[in-house]
Amino acid sequence: MLEMLETVYTWIQSQYLIWTLIKILLITIPIITVVAFYTYFERKVIGSMQIRIGPNRVGPFGLIQPFADVFKLLLKEVILPTNSNRFLFLLAPIIALAPALAAWAVVPFNDFLVLSDIDAGLIYVLALTSLGVYGIIIAGWASNSKYSFLGAMRAAAQTVSYEIAMGFSLVGVLILAGSLNLREIVLAQQGSIFDWYWLPLFPLFIIYMISGLAETNRAPFDQAEGESEIVAGFHVEYSGSTFAIFFLAEYANMILISGLTAILFAGGWLSPFEGLPVVGDTFLAEGSIFWFLAKTVVFMFMFLWYRATFPRYRYDQIMRLGWKVLIPITLVWVMVAALMTVLGIVVKGS
Amino acid sequence: MKRIIEYLKSLLLLELLKGLSLTMRHMFRPTITINYPEEKTPKSVRFRGLHALRRYPNGEERCIACKLCEAVCPALAITIDSEQRADGTRRTTRYDIDLFKCIFCGFCEESCPVDSIVETGILEYHMESREEGIMTKEKLLAIGDRYESEIAENRNRDAAYR
Repeated sequence: MLEMLETVYTWIQSQYLIWTLIKILLITIPIITVVAFYTYFERKVIGSMQIRIGPNRVGPFGLIQPFADVFKLLLKEVILPTNSNRFLFLLAPIIALAPALAAWAVVPFNDFLVLSDIDAGLIYVLALTSLGVYGIIIAGWASNSKYSFLGAMRAAAQTVSYEIAMGFSLVGVLILAGSLNLREIVLAQQGSIFDWYWLPLFPLFIIYMISGLAETNRAPFDQAEGESEIVAGFHVEYSGSTFAIFFLAEYANMILISGLTAILFAGGWLSPFEGLPVVGDTFLAEGSIFWFLAKTVVFMFMFLWYRATFPRYRYDQIMRLGWKVLIPITLVWVMVAALMTVLGIVVKGS
Repeated sequence: MKRIIEYLKSLLLLELLKGLSLTMRHMFRPTITINYPEEKTPKSVRFRGLHALRRYPNGEERCIACKLCEAVCPALAITIDSEQRADGTRRTTRYDIDLFKCIFCGFCEESCPVDSIVETGILEYHMESREEGIMTKEKLLAIGDRYESEIAENRNRDAAYR
């Protein structure tokens, strides 16, 4: 029996395509499950921040609620607006979702658990996260509705503006790590919690989180949806499973940004106890996938925390913040980071 | 100078942190939600719910068909027909309240000289057809018979303030 399993295992490993497919499924299926429970977690967290209970009717503590929601959405009719462009209308949700999942290909879960350890990982991630907005723009245009179109235009302007700030804060990381490979960026942060890049690049860390919010169209930057102004923005005409996919894409993007923040600024899978006097010698100091997941969950929680705290920005305020505040600060701090590297204040990684 | 200081202060995001700490503190507060069907908030004795027609302890119905309630009803929800009964008293032959018209203002209860029509504390009821929305005399009397003790107690407790 064991031998048979072993032969099957080696055969599968020899079949490159099947093996990769299995690995992809091993990444995507947990992500989709996490998305389901993330929505539940969001409702619970925001509920308790507003001194409410949150969902507690479906299953114990309402834990089955996300599945109830999913089945409700999947069983509903997909309504195609009469004057919409059908092909693009149905393509848009897929364009929104695919990059959010595809970007996980280069995310290192720990030292060796990574689907494809490519050298230009960071560029790949940057490229894919900016692709997601095309789904929103196409959705808004293909719906042939005023609100959708307004939402799409806002999303386009906002994403273009904040991508620059986001890109520059990644440049800071690049300068310090000296690599585009996400695995090497994490390894360059080795040492202690104070060697992680959140400390030397603190302003960039904050700006990365802010522009991450803007990239994922989350409150307080949810201009593209703007329930109170433009109903639901770009997905006003979407219903049933197409809407579910937009929903999935938004939350998958949030998880992705949280994971990237953990990797780029919070030492990825490295343990926060590393290099500390007493606990530094125990098993706690070992880097593992659990540290990466824990950090990701912390940043995921922050998304919900911001949503419960901040009101939505006005459109012109968003533009002002993006162009006149965030971009100048990132520019300055990229210079500071370069100086720190040249002067040897922060030792360049590996 | 002042503007520069304020600009630098805003860069520290102090106000945002203040807001975040507020929501975080609220997260650990006990919730104030009432799980409705299992838990209920206390209800006033003056609660204006479903209507009922009462009877005297000897079983005689209180309503004398004076039609004050019909006259005072701002939503014109009450319809009354009356005739003389064999013993010479005036009684209603028809007493309908249209619950879809009723605004539950309680004027009928206030206007009633014999405390016949009352609004009970019942608020959990439903209808499965439009016809059921019209409360007939029989239905109203049945509710009155069933909840008489409750109605009487509520009226006693409120009597001192009327």
